Amino acid sequence: MATNKKNGHKNPKNLVVIQLSGGNDYLNTTVPYQDGLYYDFRPNMGLKGENVVPLDEKIAFNSHMGPFKRLFDRDKMAVLMGIGYPEPNRSHFRSMDIWHTAEPFTSSSEGWLGKASSLIDPAGKNPVTTVNFGRGLPRALASQGVSVASVGALESYGLYTGLAGARNRDAMLDTVSRIYQPMADGGFPSRRILETGRGALDGADLLREAPSKYTSDIEYPADNPIAQSLKGIAQVMSANLGTRIYYAAHGSFDTHTNELVNHALLWDQVSTAVACFWDDVERQGKGQETVIWMFSEFGRRIADNGAGTDHGSGGVAFMIGDSVKSGLYGEYPKLAQSDQLDGDVRFNTDFRQVYATLLEDVLGVESEPVLKQKFSKLELVKS
Amino acid sequence: MTTVATKQEDVAAVAHLLRRAGFGATRDQIDQYAARGYEATVEELLNPRYGEPEDQDLMDRYFIASVEARSPGHADPQWAWRLATSEKPLEEKIALFWHGLFAVGGVKLDHGLEMLTEIDLFRRAGLGSFRTILFEISRNPGMMYWLDNQNSHKDAPNENYGRELLELFSMGIDDLGGGAYKEDDVKAAARAFTGWASKPTPPPFFLGPFPMEFRFDPSDHDGAEKSFLGKTGNFNGEDIIDIIVSERATARFIAKRLYLFFVSDEPDEGEIERLADCFQETGGDIRSILRSLFNSDHFKSAAVRFRKVKSPAELVFGAARLTDRFEIPDMDSSTLANYALFMGQHLLNPPSVEGWHEGEEWVDSGSLLERINFAASEVGRRTSPGVTRMLRRVESAGSDLQPGEFVEACLDALGAIDLSQRSKAVLIEHAAQDGPVLSGTPDGAERTIEMFQLIVSTPDYQYC
Repeated sequence: MATNKKNGHKNPKNLVVIQLSGGNDYLNTTVPYQDGLYYDFRPNMGLKGENVVPLDEKIAFNSHMGPFKRLFDRDKMAVLMGIGYPEPNRSHFRSMDIWHTAEPFTSSSEGWLGKASSLIDPAGKNPVTTVNFGRGLPRALASQGVSVASVGALESYGLYTGLAGARNRDAMLDTVSRIYQPMADGGFPSRRILETGRGALDGADLLREAPSKYTSDIEYPADNPIAQSLKGIAQVMSANLGTRIYYAAHGSFDTHTNELVNHALLWDQVSTAVACFWDDVERQGKGQETVIWMFSEFGRRIADNGAGTDHGSGGVAFMIGDSVKSGLYGEYPKLAQSDQLDGDVRFNTDFRQVYATLLEDVLGVESEPVLKQKFSKLELVKS
Repeated sequence: MTTVATKQEDVAAVAHLLRRAGFGATRDQIDQYAARGYEATVEELLNPRYGEPEDQDLMDRYFIASVEARSPGHADPQWAWRLATSEKPLEEKIALFWHGLFAVGGVKLDHGLEMLTEIDLFRRAGLGSFRTILFEISRNPGMMYWLDNQNSHKDAPNENYGRELLELFSMGIDDLGGGAYKEDDVKAAARAFTGWASKPTPPPFFLGPFPMEFRFDPSDHDGAEKSFLGKTGNFNGEDIIDIIVSERATARFIAKRLYLFFVSDEPDEGEIERLADCFQETGGDIRSILRSLFNSDHFKSAAVRFRKVKSPAELVFGAARLTDRFEIPDMDSSTLANYALFMGQHLLNPPSVEGWHEGEEWVDSGSLLERINFAASEVGRRTSPGVTRMLRRVESAGSDLQPGEFVEACLDALGAIDLSQRSKAVLIEHAAQDGPVLSGTPDGAERTIEMFQLIVSTPDYQYC
């Protein structure tokens, strides 16, 4: 952890990223419940009365975020309002790419956390420095030469684990291990595939063991996919494998239609899952060294379309942890027509400032090599 | 060049074609196709006779819940059976192509019957004119619902379909999110498609799903003048499609998608331009474009052979087809779809409207373990007809095989595939640990199975 001194943070922490895929509706997550304009623009989708839980005299949570309100009240949560990036793009594909690569103006296949992972573990010594839960690898974690374990279920994770009648499993494993030796230069098979294989083999045995060492009386709901992913993260965390970055996603928040039902269900799932997970983290005594970061690729249009909301820009993000300076950050964007950006809220906090903060004050690495420029950090983490 | 070498190259070329235009083939099937010749094989693949398969009734009896399927989960066994057994491989492959491009997610549509209807649309129309495909998909009730067009009204247009039609289905955007169209074109397209929606029809049986059908509501259609891509008129959705299909951006976009799906993960600009020209010359006839693609020197060249990462569907159904074990639709065939899901490809439920990220992104350390474990288990099914035949192929190569000969014989038996020299060298070392292989003996058979399993575990096998 050679990079810590430079940034003055003695205790690097571990980062748990939860991606809300599909474009979470900012205005119905943190609701400006005293603003008449909100109800003017949202005659069908406006939340009021028992459907909101006030945080202060202006802002309320969606009532399906009850567990979030409790974390907020316990001073464990920073709510980042009006977060976004310049010249917003309303394509899921492009906007998610921008959040994953932190590059609003150029296209890149390198993810910000992939790059962070390579700064944390430059020699690639620990194959489980970064662990993804779910199907496929998000671009945020992709980086040339960085192996990221991507796990469906921990219990059956490994090579030839269920292979019936293998003649000599050890000899086979030895041969496969020699085939997946990365070459120095580009060739065939590609270096990326070889490194992936290398990391997969090295990480598999470590991760498969994790559940056997884990005990907890927290009951994660079985029919809630994000809760199951977070349970897996808690299991890996408890095995103390040196994992620094965890990633999970939930969705789809693409609520063009039937939003009142679907958005509520999604937040029931997410907030319940996060509450279970945070209880687990606290019982493991890891509240200080763990920070959760939650984001979505964009917010949605200010005006509803009758049954839902279309793609917009600007949004809300959350940081959770004992070391997080809790509270509301940023200004709630003004909704008046003259303040809008093509029917959307204007962002006031560049998400890359938060990334700089997460990189330096949470992960303890320099932010500039990752973000390609210096962004002023936000005072979000207790020193 | 000797006759034997020519024949080997012919076999390798047909094997390559079948991996791309289908899901690979057994060594015996490759021989049958190769005997007819490469170009004749291309024609056969391009002209499948569309119609209800003879074994549809068998399928329906074994998987009663998949008939008029309620959920995508119920529908899975139907497509898995076709992917595992169809003798019209390109019909299924082109359906997979369009399913990835016109990605409709079961997570929202949640209607197995409509998902299967859509896959069948791609089988029926997928090798024909792109205009027809675009027109049919724009009237497809599942698509209309998925992209909220039933909520797009004359006085409150919903932009979802208009935007994705341009961005993801036809003209595309560049790496920076820009494109050959503007936001105003999206808005105009959205207005033109108002009134295009779907309606449920009575279910075919008690508690069955409601089949959906296209419905045009003239009273909810914005028939006023619109400007779209520099043209002005009282456009409706069909007019918008006509304009889109004539755009060079569309020709290029579809040419590029076809190239990336059938040829290589690394785009070749010259070849894509050539295919785009072919698109424009033939009025967007997919069959003509693919004929030109498959018969090109570029497609046949060593430069693109084994240079495309197999999608999970290609890996799963490719390995499963080698076993040739699917006599009747059963759990064995229906669970194949689950393995593709574990590797990151949930058929009938793509992750978003943009489909799947393909190429090397398919392979992360989690999915690689799934791929290896699955393929190793398939080629280890020693009592299946396909694996039995593969064992006999290796036996027929000689009774006392040196390690190098042994590895080559195994590669040939697996469908005339090949490996990089470095991977092959490690496998030969592995074989050499136990000396020459006495094929035809029980030990020889065990070692052959083990070598099959190691071959499908290589990084090389991740490519097709």
